[in-house]
Amino acid sequence: MTKAAFDLVIVGVGGQGTLLASKILGRLALKENCGVKVSEVHGMSQRGGSVITHVRVGDRVHSPIVSLGCADYLLSFEALEAARAASFLKPNGVAIVNTQRILPMPVITGSCAYPQDPLGDLQNIRIETADALAIAVESGSQKAINLVLLGMLSRHLPFSDAAWREAVAACVPPKTLEINLTAFERGRALNASPMQQ
Amino acid sequence: MDDKFLTADVYSAQTLEERLLLGNEAVAQGAWEAGVRVVTSYPGTPSTEITECVARHEEVNCQWAPNEKVAAEVAFGAAMAGGRSMTCMKHVGVNVAADPIFTAAYTGVNAGMVIVCADDPAMHSSQNEQDSRYYARAAHIPMLEPADSRECLAFTRLAFTMSEELDTPVFVRLTTRIAHARSAVAIGLRNEAPVRPYQKDAMKYVMMPAMAKKRHPKVEAREAFLAEAANRMPINVVRMRSTAVGVVTSGACYQYVRDAMPDASTLKLGMVYPLPINLIREFAQKVDRLIVVEELEGLIEQDLLAAGIACEGKKYTGVQGELSVEKLRTVLCGQKAPSEAAQDIPGRPPVLCPGCPHRGVFYVLGKLGLRVMGDIGCYTLAALPPLSAMDACLCMGASIGMAGGAERAQGKAFSRSTVAVLGDSTFIHSGITSLIDAVYNRETITVIILDNRITGMTGHQQNPATGLDIHNQPAPMLNLEKLVESCGVQDVAVVDPFDLKGTEKAVRQAVAREEVSVIIARRPCALLDKAPHAPCIIQGCRNCGACMKLSCPAIVRGEKGVRIDEALCIGCGMCVQVCPFKAIRLGEVESK
Repeated sequence: MTKAAFDLVIVGVGGQGTLLASKILGRLALKENCGVKVSEVHGMSQRGGSVITHVRVGDRVHSPIVSLGCADYLLSFEALEAARAASFLKPNGVAIVNTQRILPMPVITGSCAYPQDPLGDLQNIRIETADALAIAVESGSQKAINLVLLGMLSRHLPFSDAAWREAVAACVPPKTLEINLTAFERGRALNASPMQQ
Repeated sequence: MDDKFLTADVYSAQTLEERLLLGNEAVAQGAWEAGVRVVTSYPGTPSTEITECVARHEEVNCQWAPNEKVAAEVAFGAAMAGGRSMTCMKHVGVNVAADPIFTAAYTGVNAGMVIVCADDPAMHSSQNEQDSRYYARAAHIPMLEPADSRECLAFTRLAFTMSEELDTPVFVRLTTRIAHARSAVAIGLRNEAPVRPYQKDAMKYVMMPAMAKKRHPKVEAREAFLAEAANRMPINVVRMRSTAVGVVTSGACYQYVRDAMPDASTLKLGMVYPLPINLIREFAQKVDRLIVVEELEGLIEQDLLAAGIACEGKKYTGVQGELSVEKLRTVLCGQKAPSEAAQDIPGRPPVLCPGCPHRGVFYVLGKLGLRVMGDIGCYTLAALPPLSAMDACLCMGASIGMAGGAERAQGKAFSRSTVAVLGDSTFIHSGITSLIDAVYNRETITVIILDNRITGMTGHQQNPATGLDIHNQPAPMLNLEKLVESCGVQDVAVVDPFDLKGTEKAVRQAVAREEVSVIIARRPCALLDKAPHAPCIIQGCRNCGACMKLSCPAIVRGEKGVRIDEALCIGCGMCVQVCPFKAIRLGEVESK
């Protein structure tokens, strides 16, 4: 069977380690014989700016970039970045959002305000939120936010637990494998009640 | 001329396994499989990872060069001496390397020489959107353009074969969306390419007028030969679908076309210079309407129009920024443009990291109200508010020349309130000769070298001043103080940019002097410092806002005062120095 076809966008703040999530997803798709393309951002935007990674899975993927209004899933490491990237989602697309707030420089200097409820105005999408930072810290490292969000995402995708574990093991340093798998399991087990917007 | 490249199996026959590789990683793999022996580059987004990946292979002599010109010359020397070589650079790096490259087209090579240039449409990490394809045309050097990672590997291998058979350097052109996109690649084994014998051949390699006049016709003949052969090259691929629209395209644009216009017939160019004009003419005759989809300049379109092939392109796609599936759907298929993100979301520009040593220098320059001639590196971010401490940024190494030119136009008094700033790597790249010029021509400028012991913005590459090479092995360390002194600078000071008072004093003294002064602001990049940190502690804040002028992401202002984000603060202590009420103090690292 053709296992899966979906478009996904990963967003966050430069320095949060978003590239690991796309690396794991890419590995997973490859091992499961799905066509896959991943587009990463390197360079200037890494220095604390908004970052975005595109993941396209399926047999008929050409462009490595997800088109606006076409993403099935949005994985956001930060609340404001979820709002910024929400226009990538198709109607009824799923946003998986770490509720952590990282203040951008214009907010820090007081030239504009961080929205009270950055996700409040988003319509026609499904949003699942979690304090992924807290769960990552409980799992043993704040760097494991990646795996918490992937755990949440895994409930939507047709890949087996074993396949996920193989991909995680192939992509993280062996020393951190246990912490990362713990974070993944906690994310996967989250009883996130999807809120319809 | 040899044309086995026309029938070469472009895709590796002997494959080991399939991997998901960046375009850059695939280029590195292709070069390694082709038996490359010497790789040398200066880092530049989006090309940097190619050289870093090659460096993992022990068989290859792979090193960082001080700049792209040196890299191209070393790569040329290696090829001339019989070893396959490669040099990789970003688009603006080709400007620096252009001098040797243009004449290498005359001399030709001995062993294969491949020049990878990575363009950056939309300027994700660049200062302009120049189109490297012009260099292929201007220097009469063939240029291949892969459209995914699999082709990155295959075309790089092919480029080495072509280079040797046609006796010319060969360009491989990438764009950001190819260089930094991952797709599946079947990797193969290394084909050792033994070092070819070196033979002195002054008529071929000494480019004096008499010899160059004999080489120039060979360049023209080679190009004519290749332009004809291009019509038969397997990497120029015609796929007939609907005959209503035919699209001529290449690289990332091909992928956008396939998604946006799945029914359109396509002529995908694997070689973008020279063009297979006859092949395109035949293709044009089979379709009702011919469209050229190319990013940046309309080179292909102009060439087709010049050849009398009716086509359209730039009037729809424009010359600015990147193309995309949705843009093509909008401008070529008449679909409604998708709505962009909401407008009222605060922007998140990149910033200098917490604990960045550059911050101290730019804080002082802002405080003193000096004009700042800037340069290319992380520190260019100091141009953004609230530091806003930069007047100009042009290209690598330009700050020193700009300050000198300003003095010559405005008089020496201008230099009493102007400084040039540039990084350690940028100074070595192309600031040294400008400093010699400033001394030689009796200028009185002040130059601040921001020596953070690394090439930072491109992701931490070693350089001649760090004492390490690309393999992190000890290397002779360039002594910047001695170098500057031997350029004739007598007023040289070294400061710690975390010491704001000391830095301010040094800057005040230097700008006041009627001679060339150099201040080396030395402190390793904050991201290199792995020692445990204790965040600063704030108590009794009066909300005066003095610390906000540091533009530190770890200092956050609230209604009742500022607080310090303990997760971000590394305890550099600059805010401790600027607080007029002594409300901030250094934290203490817990001893374990």
